[in-house]
Amino acid sequence: MSALLALSNVTASYGPSQALFDVSLSIGEGEVVALMGRNGMGKSTTVKTICGMLPSGGEIRFKDKVIGGMPSHKVARLGVGLVPEGRRCFADLSVEENLTAAARPGAWDFAKVAELFPRLAERRNQKAASLSGGEQQMLAIGRALMTNPILVILDEATEGLAPIIRQEIWAAISHLKNSSGLSILLVDKSLKELQQVADQGVILERGRTVWSGRMADLDAETGEKYLGI
Amino acid sequence: MTRETLFNSAALAALALVPLWAHFSGEPFTVTLATRAVILALAAVGLHIALGLGGLVSLGHAVFFGIGGYAMGILAHHAQTYTPLMEWPFVIEGTKSMPVIWLVAVVLSSVVAYFIGLLSLRTSGVYFIMITLAFGQMFFFFAISWSAYGGEDGLSIYVRNGFPGVNTLVPIQFYALCFVILAAVMFFAARLQRSPFGLALNAARQAPDRVETVGLNPMRLRLIAFVLSGAITGLAGALFADLNRFVSPTMFSWQMSGELIIFIILGGLGRLYGPVVGAVVFVALEHILGDLSDYWHIYLGVLLLGVVLFARGGIIGMLLGREVAHD
Repeated sequence: MSALLALSNVTASYGPSQALFDVSLSIGEGEVVALMGRNGMGKSTTVKTICGMLPSGGEIRFKDKVIGGMPSHKVARLGVGLVPEGRRCFADLSVEENLTAAARPGAWDFAKVAELFPRLAERRNQKAASLSGGEQQMLAIGRALMTNPILVILDEATEGLAPIIRQEIWAAISHLKNSSGLSILLVDKSLKELQQVADQGVILERGRTVWSGRMADLDAETGEKYLGI
Repeated sequence: MTRETLFNSAALAALALVPLWAHFSGEPFTVTLATRAVILALAAVGLHIALGLGGLVSLGHAVFFGIGGYAMGILAHHAQTYTPLMEWPFVIEGTKSMPVIWLVAVVLSSVVAYFIGLLSLRTSGVYFIMITLAFGQMFFFFAISWSAYGGEDGLSIYVRNGFPGVNTLVPIQFYALCFVILAAVMFFAARLQRSPFGLALNAARQAPDRVETVGLNPMRLRLIAFVLSGAITGLAGALFADLNRFVSPTMFSWQMSGELIIFIILGGLGRLYGPVVGAVVFVALEHILGDLSDYWHIYLGVLLLGVVLFARGGIIGMLLGREVAHD
């Protein structure tokens, strides 16, 4: 099976300081991949290079097309839906407007997002700025889904949320995995939940892929070495 | 929100009824004054799409206002002198028909807005303001030196252009025409504001990078907004020239661009009725204070200062509260 998204030997820099040295990973269709590593190891940078927000070296292919260097709106149009770190909803727009602004034809529409996150339906006409952190996170996920992507990237989707909200988000992610056939790239720190949802895992250390394989094969020693768990 | 709807309906009703009252109590000058307000409001509603929704501070919107004005002036000038506009490769005659003039004004403004937008939207912030100002000045000085069409003195048109079924020389009838156009454009703008395009444009003003991640190109959104905005202001320019039966380079001046921005700030930035209220208040002040002193702009300046310092939502914001958060 050829991979939906494949990064091989990707490099990237912020000005003079290089952040990625050699990142390789691949995501198959319908596969859930966890991107792990401690803070500052290049997880978010990797996401940025995939989404065309940062120039990169090496090769990034999506649906067998080279997307490295493509402007980010074009990458998104090809079917990469990003749920950015820190949620970043359109503060001035209402919940429904946030979703409408992003909408593109496909199976996902307001009703389907509302089904996934009933809280959003309740807050339909409320400004995004007035939502709680968890609701904003749901809105950010909903917004990415409204673009009807093939691959969804969730960058720290459960960070800084109350445990009960995290559970809801994780439940939504596994629901997406089981019911929609979407490919998902998860950047997260909670190994326990990742092990339940993700099929494959990749660990970054100082901008390099140091481990990749099936999540089931991730042993305690590797986890401790690279993730400090 | 309901209070705002109520206020808007009242404002629109007043715009419809006050001139009607003036007409029946034999005060045609008030009708003409109201026509001026409505046309300037239309021009500012055009700017609202770029500035209020897109966050594009254009200090060059007089370009489109002037293009509309000159479209009317040149076409009517050729019609009244019975000279063709051009003879080769095909003959184009002048015209006294408003619909044709409007069409020309809208098309020309859109085309010019497209090219100005293409160049100036690469920049942002103060550079965008400066580059649009520079385009405005280019057109201004070109008009001044364009002696074939009056140069600095401008062009006078003897008789107002015609519209089928309307006697445009009767102030109230011309007013009704302008009012209907304003209402139609506002209806369109309100729809636009709530459409996915309008929402995305709004979002792009707040956070362009986030808009990109949902597959929209902010540059393209802004360019479309700028073109729509220019087209509406161009249409207003054609009406304005017809109201005065006169067009001059003043329509291209940067003071004109500035006044359009003042209407929006005065009335309320980010609100569709902001430019309308702003333009009406401006014209009223111009008339009332202008009678008192030639230097009435001093009072306007004080008022504007007050609005900017103490009522950042403009007049509507002061009355209804800052419903629209705007950065």
